[in-house]
Amino acid sequence: MNKLKGIKLKHRKNTDNYATIHLPMPQKVILPMVMHMGASCTPLVRVGDTVKVGQKIGDSDAIFSVPVHSSVSGMVTAISDYRTAAGVICKAIEIKTDGKQSISHEVIPPVITDKESFINTVRESGVCGMGGAGFPTHIKFNPKNEIDTLIINAAECEPYITSDNREMLENTDDILNGITLIKNMLGIKKAIIAVENNKSDAIKLFENALKDDDTTEVFELQSVYPQGAEKVIIYNTTKRIVEEGKIPADFGVIVINVSTVAFIYRYTQTGMPFITRRITVDGNAVSEPKNIFAPIGTPFVDILNFCKTDIEKLKVLISGGPMMGMCVPDINMPVVKTTNALLAFSRYDNRKTSACIRCGRCVAVCPLGLMPAEIDKAYKIKDIDDLKSLKINLCMNCGSCTYICPANRKLAETNQLAKALILKK
Amino acid sequence: MNRLTVSPSPHDEQYTKTSDIMLNVCIALLPALIAGCIFFGMRSLIVTAVCVGTAVLSEYICRKLMKRDNTIGDLSAVVTGIILAMNLPVTIPLWIAALGSFIAIAVVKQLFGGLGQNFANPAITARIVLMVSFPSAMTKWVLPFEYRNSVDAVTGATPLVLQGMSADKLAEINQEIPSYLDLFLGNVGGCLGETSALALLLGGLYLIARKIINPAVPFVFIGSLALLSFIAGGDPFYEILSGGVFLGAFFMATDYATTPISTKGKIVFGLGCGIITFVIRHFGSFPEGVSFSILLMNILTPYIEQCTRTKIFGAKEAVKDEK
Repeated sequence: MNKLKGIKLKHRKNTDNYATIHLPMPQKVILPMVMHMGASCTPLVRVGDTVKVGQKIGDSDAIFSVPVHSSVSGMVTAISDYRTAAGVICKAIEIKTDGKQSISHEVIPPVITDKESFINTVRESGVCGMGGAGFPTHIKFNPKNEIDTLIINAAECEPYITSDNREMLENTDDILNGITLIKNMLGIKKAIIAVENNKSDAIKLFENALKDDDTTEVFELQSVYPQGAEKVIIYNTTKRIVEEGKIPADFGVIVINVSTVAFIYRYTQTGMPFITRRITVDGNAVSEPKNIFAPIGTPFVDILNFCKTDIEKLKVLISGGPMMGMCVPDINMPVVKTTNALLAFSRYDNRKTSACIRCGRCVAVCPLGLMPAEIDKAYKIKDIDDLKSLKINLCMNCGSCTYICPANRKLAETNQLAKALILKK
Repeated sequence: MNRLTVSPSPHDEQYTKTSDIMLNVCIALLPALIAGCIFFGMRSLIVTAVCVGTAVLSEYICRKLMKRDNTIGDLSAVVTGIILAMNLPVTIPLWIAALGSFIAIAVVKQLFGGLGQNFANPAITARIVLMVSFPSAMTKWVLPFEYRNSVDAVTGATPLVLQGMSADKLAEINQEIPSYLDLFLGNVGGCLGETSALALLLGGLYLIARKIINPAVPFVFIGSLALLSFIAGGDPFYEILSGGVFLGAFFMATDYATTPISTKGKIVFGLGCGIITFVIRHFGSFPEGVSFSILLMNILTPYIEQCTRTKIFGAKEAVKDEK
């Protein structure tokens, strides 16, 4: 296998040149106890408590979890059940802001002495993968094997989203310092910054900064979706194949999102936890597309109004990119740690699904070489054995098959249902 | 408060629909249809119109009777109609053409579940049914441009038949073995859409350029036939330019529904077509090499498909049960 397949999407990176601006302080924030992949946190505050910026308000004993911090100063007005966009039910803390933004005494630069304290620091910062999946970063930093290569995922292969690109342009030094820090702490010799070639400004910045550094290299990826998928980026940068049932660390690699790296560095300097994030706001219902810094927990409606969105005409709201992002059912839902973009559209796909014509386009685009058309057929007759031999478990839901299907079949959706089916048996 | 639509990702879409693909196939068939009109007269158009009309009508009625969605809008019935017409001699009685079209759509396609579900190529199967049922009407070939001179067109043999004749016999029927140029342009006897390799090649290249068909099938099909012919001491150019090779290779062996999905599978399919065409032409008694080869390979397709699945990135090989 030489080259993984993919699709050429329209980039629509309309906000590439829009410097990030701060959103005006919202009236209230809603902070769900699950904003990452992993166990839910337990609220550490009660209704009526006053909280300050950076104060830890939720934590869990589970290792596979990260704490939640308040992004504002104000008063806790409610703690209620909440359903995330992914369907997880957890508690959410609602805080009415007082507008002072007074900073908690908990916010002090962490003391890092060794690998263990570094990993603990990363957990305490509340950070999880900022690219969209929200995998707790400290887990990645504690592999069983020796790691020889750190891959910085700056592919940003989804259309519209430019938040990682803006991080690279605005905070280049934080990223480079972050890379050095992680390399030193984890004893990794080599780092690769993998950027899609549609971000030439960022590539130039890195190349200039890394002229005299032979332990970190910039790798130009083709602009073919999904370059940013973990297995794909590992293969394209190192030619290593992450086998079924294994994780990247088993092959000596850690992949980490570029904005996450920059955040970790800033946290080690200031001690300010993960409470603000950069969001690309775009879509045809948005009249003023922007890159904004928003406190985590800000209701989406505040952002939509700030970017002059015609809410009356709004039909679809997506948190994340158009390929893998999740539909938001309610405009009052909040920004979470994984919200890298907010896309608002006044139209939705209402094409009818028709019969599969077996054109094979889905097979031709699947980066992993799966056969969605065959999976679709096997799922219809609930053929568990065939689904297993078609390796449905490997599907990463990149959505390329559904995107390309001329019959508008929801192949990626079927793949997820098929995955659930084989797990049940 | 307006309600938001929630659906699983992806939310982006491309706009090539099934009907766009079918429309492109129709466009690709136009050069061959025009060639048919030039060589065999305007009756080519009438035959095509009857085939297309019957195909669309049959599709409409079948779907209505089965209480299913109306699918004539996907244009697949139009494609089947045109391809069937190209597989008929221009002299075919119109009712036979209509019957063929009905068989293609109602029996071969809709009875098996409609678009994408049929195991055999509708046009090929209909042609074979007609060939077996009406052998004389189906082999009444007229020579090119005959429609201009006489009321009753002079019938003549196809290049494949001519090739097998002795010099005396050729003199007797007053025909010659056609030149490569005539074969390439289509200035020979045969079905109304199959004679012009040039026109079919143009259409085929258009489909390849638009990424509608995978070049593997026609390339391997035609290539393997030429190679076998060469090995057997025959004339490879004559072999591939005569009969329905180009029509079959570019437009029928590339049918999505009845051929394997993976490129590996398509290569096996093309190879099988080439070999079977060669065997039937040289050892069989029926002048139906291309049609039968494609039909036989259609039947094998599910098995080819099983053996030619794609290689999956990073997948562990299935552990065989130890007994």
